[in-house]
Amino acid sequence: MSRPELQAPPEIYYGDTEAKKYTQNTRNQQIQADMTYRALELLNLTPDQPAFLLDVGCGSGLSGEILGEEGYIWAGVDIAPSMLEVALEREVEGDLFLQDIGQGFGFRPGSFDGVISISVLQWLLNAETSHPTSSPPHRLNRFFTTLHSAMRNPSRAVLQFYPTSDDQIQLITSIAQKAGFGGGVVVDYPNSKKARKVFLCLFVGGGGGQQVPQGLQGEEEDDSKVRFERRRERERAKVKTGKRKNVKDRDWILKKKELYRRRGKEGVPLDSKFTGRKRKPLF
Amino acid sequence: MVRLLTHNLLACHAKDCNTNNFPLQFKDVQLEIREADFNPEFLKGFMPKIDWKALVDTARQLGDTSLPLEQPEMVDDEFLKNLHHILLEIHVEEGSMTCPNCGHVYPISNGIPNMLLAEHEIG
Ligand SMILES: C[S@@+](CC[C@H](N)C(=O)[O-])C[C@H]1O[C@@H](n2cnc3c(N)ncnc32)[C@H](O)[C@@H]1O
Ligand SMILES: [Zn+2]
Repeated sequence: MSRPELQAPPEIYYGDTEAKKYTQNTRNQQIQADMTYRALELLNLTPDQPAFLLDVGCGSGLSGEILGEEGYIWAGVDIAPSMLEVALEREVEGDLFLQDIGQGFGFRPGSFDGVISISVLQWLLNAETSHPTSSPPHRLNRFFTTLHSAMRNPSRAVLQFYPTSDDQIQLITSIAQKAGFGGGVVVDYPNSKKARKVFLCLFVGGGGGQQVPQGLQGEEEDDSKVRFERRRERERAKVKTGKRKNVKDRDWILKKKELYRRRGKEGVPLDSKFTGRKRKPLF
Repeated sequence: MVRLLTHNLLACHAKDCNTNNFPLQFKDVQLEIREADFNPEFLKGFMPKIDWKALVDTARQLGDTSLPLEQPEMVDDEFLKNLHHILLEIHVEEGSMTCPNCGHVYPISNGIPNMLLAEHEIG
């Protein structure tokens, strides 16, 4: 089957059925979680310092909820109402916006301490949205320019995406540079067909002194494990034991809250008639 | 789940709408209060980003008058708790936000603002 971004505009492709399927698939949850941890690692935020992050193309919250679990406050934007609806059902913690990133952002200068985007940019390269739009370069330019000004100086944006060619990587990097970003592309497991991952690692400010990080080498299951690999394995184990349950039903939420309270966590939301409720359709 | 946290960072992004395009004006809102973890370090880090006048005005419009007109230089716990509540616990669930400059209306449904622009509004 051809790539999703070649099949239909994103808000059509990720309709109700696909949004649920995408979110419930445990293999997919694991891949998106792995890439989110890696993106966080590449963001290189100051440890134990709170930060406000943006998740570009947050979808149903598979990437964003990890930001929340790691203690960050975040906002997310996505163009697909069905994906956002699943995010609401799962009660993710970020502020969500229905937005086409190709139209640019209105966030004030310096709003975000860091930005991640997991498996989204290829959509700007390929399928048009069903909203009338102009060319991919124009949309990419609008995206990167307004993203750049919305970020704090200094800070980083890490955007994992699926390019089909080196030309696409070239196009994206050159537009990002014109928008004022430093940085470049990090390729993890470049020689593995399966595990190869491309991260655009962009810098705002920092006096040009920032080095583009190294990609991970070898095969994914290799012995030569870097720091985050262990974390990744723990997470993977969590997925396997089913702790990271996909669509959060009311019982699951109540149980999780109960657990938090027992562990003495403060500020666990009170249970209410809204907990885990079905929401009315968006828009 | 638009909260004042993000509302305070959000200007209109319609084409050629560059001045007087902030803060977006809430209309016909339905609010929901949901408790959130109190994180004083986050708040202190966030304070320099806040447009204080916009925050005070918007909080007042939503019925909360606990913030001082000037951003205080010394912050105590009581102040931080009020700020926490205003930024992170008040959720605007329904209603809309209107740009004070071009008049574009961003509708809010189920807590999610619709930021999509029509073709003639895209920059
Ligand atoms: C593969 S999903 C990834 C979602 C999430 N980041 C994750 O890791 O699970 C791709 C997402 O990109 C979103 N997307 C595609 N084009 C977009 C655009 N122009 N503006 C905003 N979001 C877009 C889609 O709606 C979809 O939710
Ligand atoms: Zn405007």
